Amino acid sequence: MNNIPLLEMEGIGKRFPGVVALDQVNLSVGAGEIVALIGENGAGKSTLMRILGGAIARNDGTIKVEGKPVEINSPREASALGIEFIHQELSVLDNLDVAANIFLRREPTKGGFLKLIDRGRIYREADVFVKKLGLDISSRTLLSRLSIAQQQLVEIARALSAGARMIIMDEPTSSLTLTETRRLLEIVRDLKSHNVSVIYISHRLHEVEEIADRAVVLRDGRNAGELARSEINRQSMVRMMVGRDLKDLFKGAAPEGQSAANGRDGSAGAGFEVRRLRTLRYPKHTVSFSVAHGEVLGFAGLVGAGRSEIARAIFGVEGSLEMDVTLDGKQLRVKVPQDAITQGIYLIPEDRRLCGLIVDFNVRENISLPNLESYSSAKIINYGKETKAALEACKAINIKTPTPEMRAANLSGGNQQKVVLAKWLTFSPKVLIFDEPTRGIDVGAKAEIYQLIRNLAANGVSVIVISSEMEEVLGISDRIAVMHEGRLTGILQRSQFSEEAVMRLATGTEG
Amino acid sequence: MKKELGIFILLIVLCIVVSIINPNFLLAINLQNLARQIGAFGIFSIGLGLVIITGGIELSVGSMMALLGVLLSMMLTQWDYPVAVAVLACIGLAMVLSLGHGLLITRLNMQPFIVTLCGLLFYRGAARFISNDETKGFGTVAGLDFLRYLANDNLFGVLPMPFVLLLIIAAITWVVLHRSVYGRYLFATGRNPEAARYAGIDTKNIVTLTYVISGALTAISGIIFAFYTNSVSPANHGNAYELYGIAAAVLGGCSLRGGEGSVVGIIIGTALLQVLRNLVNLLGIPSSLDFAVMGAVILIGVMADQIFTDRRNRRQVALMREMSAGEVQSN
Repeated sequence: MNNIPLLEMEGIGKRFPGVVALDQVNLSVGAGEIVALIGENGAGKSTLMRILGGAIARNDGTIKVEGKPVEINSPREASALGIEFIHQELSVLDNLDVAANIFLRREPTKGGFLKLIDRGRIYREADVFVKKLGLDISSRTLLSRLSIAQQQLVEIARALSAGARMIIMDEPTSSLTLTETRRLLEIVRDLKSHNVSVIYISHRLHEVEEIADRAVVLRDGRNAGELARSEINRQSMVRMMVGRDLKDLFKGAAPEGQSAANGRDGSAGAGFEVRRLRTLRYPKHTVSFSVAHGEVLGFAGLVGAGRSEIARAIFGVEGSLEMDVTLDGKQLRVKVPQDAITQGIYLIPEDRRLCGLIVDFNVRENISLPNLESYSSAKIINYGKETKAALEACKAINIKTPTPEMRAANLSGGNQQKVVLAKWLTFSPKVLIFDEPTRGIDVGAKAEIYQLIRNLAANGVSVIVISSEMEEVLGISDRIAVMHEGRLTGILQRSQFSEEAVMRLATGTEG
Repeated sequence: MKKELGIFILLIVLCIVVSIINPNFLLAINLQNLARQIGAFGIFSIGLGLVIITGGIELSVGSMMALLGVLLSMMLTQWDYPVAVAVLACIGLAMVLSLGHGLLITRLNMQPFIVTLCGLLFYRGAARFISNDETKGFGTVAGLDFLRYLANDNLFGVLPMPFVLLLIIAAITWVVLHRSVYGRYLFATGRNPEAARYAGIDTKNIVTLTYVISGALTAISGIIFAFYTNSVSPANHGNAYELYGIAAAVLGGCSLRGGEGSVVGIIIGTALLQVLRNLVNLLGIPSSLDFAVMGAVILIGVMADQIFTDRRNRRQVALMREMSAGEVQSN
């Protein structure tokens, strides 16, 4: 390996409106080196990689490739420098075949100005890459007929055919099975042996242990440290990823012992209970759990573990194969959201802008939407009543907006989330399900949301909080249910809470 | 509101220009005729506008009018149905057919464009088949005075009845769309069906109901047209009327993406289209250019609106960026 690293990113800074996403971040990668980029959600990994991939512009810092400063303003420019990005969400076109995907935008042509695709060559060359990656398929196969893992390999083939010297992989194994993961890790090692560098982003620490030459840890948009090959182990990584003083975020939000939960758990049948739930995504696994009045049950797990599917099934927006829901001993039938709503079960969905809000509606219209009938007489909306309710809601949970007539799109993420919550608080909720309640929300608003969640629990509401942020589930929950690939792998009592315990259950690694 | 104002100004300017070039525009007979047309076209255009607000489309309007017209004539002149029964049967049939559209779209997830395109073809064929492809009229059958009055007469000798009907229907739909729970749900569903569903709105029923309403309004317009033309030629009657409706709705501020539009806008859009047709006549523009003029004006109108909207959005984004930049610095 020569002395000049393939890639150096120095003093990278990125500010989004109201948030500093990256602050003086450094990252260097040598030729043929596998560097793991790790950190919790929101630590800035994706932002850093999007800057490198040319998807967004940085505010500060320099990027050098082989010692020469470069500007990367688009994915195309990144590609020209030999930097290719394999996204967590696959970006293949599944209506086209393997060869078409591999050579997209670089199709070999013939026929001069007619620019006909050289069909002979495209399939011949594509087959070479397909074989190189150990794929046992023809390059004429439609992408839609391949498994996710195979589609991902096609993406890697595309990167290689573009002459990639460095491949960024963002959570490449998040939707792969164990064997597929093994296979992918082998390919990553193989890339290394061909002198291709890999930046490997993953939450799955054992994968990092297995393949990384070096691990770069980010925390809250800053470098938290680096681990050399010999230092990489689970404890050191977790310590570096977490070591923070965000604990005071939960000041006042932390549950007061277990009395609330356990005290009422004793009276059998009280609270919310779900039994034998089988979702469409994971039809083979049944999930059962219960939440007492006044209890906050956290749901931890990796992305795609099947937690949101459970929430959507309970709320009736998504069908389920089997489900047995009781509230205070009473059996409920939930087929559509209206059923859940009339029973006092509400969902604050994961995707705020798509499912939680109508962003073009103003705050008043959003808050009143599910409860419109009660502000109307003879189906005609009474604007006075509606406005009054919206104003009260804004005041009750401190929604910062100059007027309820403000378009929801113009509010900050935290205030938008409060509007979603306000929709349900105009009823009297019995069960509230929060799916990633603080995603994309700044720290101040986070603390407020935690406080609101604890207040709701204190008023006897059964609360479920699905969260991929470790300190969030640990901080807010009375108990934590952990899921792994559709299975409920364990429920932790407060005395058993630790990152290690959650991680072990979430990754499905026993012992 | 701004959207309607822009198009309203365009309408007024157009009227002024036409009346300067050809003062005949302002003759009572011309204005009455214009108002009659606006009334007859406006009624079904409101229905189409509502469908467009759901994010859907209804292409079968013209064909449905031909089918209803043929059936109405046959019921009244050949089968001797009582007038009230014939009228209710027409409206009922239109509602049932539209219910079918709504159900296909919401329950089978078919695309509105396809479903109603098939309607366009099917109803036209049905009209021609039922009538043996013969033009149907109402001849001198007695007892149709009231329907003739609705289509051809004037209230107090001044206001054309179709226009009066339009005003009544517009007032009702205005309340329904802009003041009622249903209207709010309609906007929510059209703008973001997913969020509407998460808020517990039965979006499928809302959309289906909207198609049914559109069907009823189409039937009312259809009856007026039948008596206005007094003869229904199954191959041509109502040809391309759905396009007038769509154009009126879009000119009036309805977005084909759904979730946007207003009753007032649709009526102004309809008026603008009819003034344009009138203008072609009065200014001596060859009538073969009729559609070209309309196409050009709609294009310019919608383009201007898009440019203004984009500019306004960009200004807002710039404003937000400035605000947040200030915030970061103060941090």
